[in-house]
Amino acid sequence: MPSFVMTEKCDGCKGQERTACMYICPNNLMKLDRDRMKAFNQETEQCWECYNCVKICPQQAIEVRGYADFIPLGGNVIPMRGSDSIMWTVKFRSGALKRFKFPIRTTAEGSIDPYKGKPEADFANLKKPGFFNMTTVKTLK
Amino acid sequence: MELETCTFAYCQRPEMIEVETDILLIGGGMANCGAAYEAVRWATPKGLKVTMVDKAAADRSGAVAMGLSAINTYLGENDPADYVKYVRGDLMGIIREDLVYDCGRHVDDSVHLFEEWGLPVWKRAEDGHTLDGAQPAKKLTEGGKPVRSGKWQIMINGESYKVIVAEAAKKALEINRAATGQEINLYERVFIVKLLLDANEPNRVAAAVGFSVRENKAYMFKAKCMLLACGGAVNVFRPRSVAEGQGRAWYPVWNAGTTYALAAQVGAELVLMENRFVPARFKDGYGPVGAWFLFFKAKATNSLGEDYCVTHFESTKALYGKYCSDPHKLGTAIRNHMMMNDMKAGKGPILMNTHLAMAELGKTMDAKQIKHLEAEAWEDFLDMCIGQAGVWAGNNIEPDKAPSEIMPTEPYLLGSHAGCAGIWVSGPDDLGAPKEWCWGYNRMTTVKGLFTAGDGVGASGHKFSSGSHAEGRQAAKSMVAFCLDNASYKPAVAKSTEELIGELYLPFEIFEKYKNYSTDTNTNPYYIRPKMLQARLQKIMDEYVAGVSTYYMTSKTLLDAGLKHLMLLKEDSLRMGAADLHELMRCWENYHRIWTGEAHARHILFREDSRYPGYYYRGDFNLIDDQNWKCFTISKYNLQTGQWEMSKRDYVQLIPD
Repeated sequence: MPSFVMTEKCDGCKGQERTACMYICPNNLMKLDRDRMKAFNQETEQCWECYNCVKICPQQAIEVRGYADFIPLGGNVIPMRGSDSIMWTVKFRSGALKRFKFPIRTTAEGSIDPYKGKPEADFANLKKPGFFNMTTVKTLK
Repeated sequence: MELETCTFAYCQRPEMIEVETDILLIGGGMANCGAAYEAVRWATPKGLKVTMVDKAAADRSGAVAMGLSAINTYLGENDPADYVKYVRGDLMGIIREDLVYDCGRHVDDSVHLFEEWGLPVWKRAEDGHTLDGAQPAKKLTEGGKPVRSGKWQIMINGESYKVIVAEAAKKALEINRAATGQEINLYERVFIVKLLLDANEPNRVAAAVGFSVRENKAYMFKAKCMLLACGGAVNVFRPRSVAEGQGRAWYPVWNAGTTYALAAQVGAELVLMENRFVPARFKDGYGPVGAWFLFFKAKATNSLGEDYCVTHFESTKALYGKYCSDPHKLGTAIRNHMMMNDMKAGKGPILMNTHLAMAELGKTMDAKQIKHLEAEAWEDFLDMCIGQAGVWAGNNIEPDKAPSEIMPTEPYLLGSHAGCAGIWVSGPDDLGAPKEWCWGYNRMTTVKGLFTAGDGVGASGHKFSSGSHAEGRQAAKSMVAFCLDNASYKPAVAKSTEELIGELYLPFEIFEKYKNYSTDTNTNPYYIRPKMLQARLQKIMDEYVAGVSTYYMTSKTLLDAGLKHLMLLKEDSLRMGAADLHELMRCWENYHRIWTGEAHARHILFREDSRYPGYYYRGDFNLIDDQNWKCFTISKYNLQTGQWEMSKRDYVQLIPD
């Protein structure tokens, strides 16, 4: 299901050094055509359809068209990712629609304080099993 | 053909950026995010620098980039010894029980952190119904009951799983960066393609080199030690979908075998590289089946409605004996074998009877609960394999109304999911394991200073996302100990910067030198572009090394022939051509795939039994031979001779049946 960028909606992230989709694609597929200031998927047969470009696009300019070698035309799956939940709209080839909403995180984005309330590392335990915050572990009798 | 070298007579010369650090994390997936979290807490008070390099952006890199709908390893009330028994059974009797036990006794702490950081974990309500992870409930650490889809698996709302885990890792890295005065310690879009051994001390890793996939820059990271964890190997074999759909690999398409190739190239021992995973998944979309089997209790049958695990039980038992003795405890490979018997007999398509399972579950539910159940079924795909939802939408398949086809995929090599290919490492020393299993630092490979985790650690499967994170943390802690014990070590590199950047950029130089010889840069006798290099590798692996086109069948004669083709391909890899930085990345990825494929072929050739029926068969040794082959297989690439050396190593059972 390669992603594609809708010409009308893409603004090339307003000429910044890199677009949001370029930032996020795990497979380095999204590219900005600087002449047109439009992003595109440069290698659609390497697209894992992870939808990370679709989810991150500030203009909602990216969708996914089912892999042409095995998915009939007409259906689509479109996310709307918020800060704490994601909404999905699944459109079938028949036109039938389904909508789902799922939570995605229970804390505010950027709020993680990684060592808050955690002990300091005790170097007496460095070469023993366990973690800095978990000093006892099971062992075989 | 004449050997080409890169002197930058044709292509642009990259700037070489040298970075010195103490602990280098190669890869930004679950294992290295865990490593960053643990390492920083120990390293920072000692002034040790921690540096991460990721080919992509850590927020969405690695195997969890899309999200997940379950955490497959959470022990909870279970005993790690029982976890070992389960993993041993599924991996046909040969695992490093010390490593698996070690994973089992550590993994829950990582899951507790995920929940603390904001990952929604489903809970079982008092009345038995499921609560999604955002509804008010006690946390796991407060006695909250997870929703188990199987004995070891718990359900989550995991769309943002990696974003959350990466946020904690990035925050940790920032603490270390500020404290140790590094300008940058998270390098994204930098692809490490080669490790360098120390100039003065053989068998010690000193540096890692690579390049930016976005800018004209090369990098050399010198470090006291490094954690090589860049995932498994995907698209080594010709996939069932060869056009656009080849991107829809079951495992992440960007996992290029870099972990195995880089370790092998510096002479690290690999273990059980004959092992592979051939998951039976929803056809084409490769959507997960675990929740359907375990949580929704769906049954798979052939198209005549027959349960192949029943009809083929006796014949499979006759072939593979004790590995097919309990119909309720059939390993994944054995179930694949039985399914393929029906496929070969023309009784397909094989069907997952989702509609019957939903109807059965719906019998005791009201309308609202049924709607919730339907959402749960869709979420399984939308969290982790959105393409499968696309397959259903495009084909008008509603899982509560019709069954879906399932099929075994092309082979994958990995060490964290339901497979155990990988690198031989030292394990914990408190579990009674043989000396040669715990000679040094936990999770260190046989190359000094080189550690691995996740898909990198061999003979220790079924870690999954949580176990990989926990294993990264264990490795990180050992690396801190290693750094403190080796405080005076200064990495030394023999090669000059000029030589190194020349090696990295050779495919550019070749392309620029010859591109105008023909009128179409795709068709040129002087170089091979990465796409064709990959296609050639995939064809060899598929036809000679037990891919889908031979129903996973091979033999000594086929492997010998396949290896000849592979050696020619390896020679031609010196003539890779790259038109831009993106293709340069693809060239190196495919070079890593070739090495991984070669290791796989050599291991299958060495092991003279069919240890993993349903994943691959040796037609000339179609039996599971415990007398001669219930052992680890070890390979080591000899850097002096350029030959692979194969050997057996004893399997020792630490935990009784």
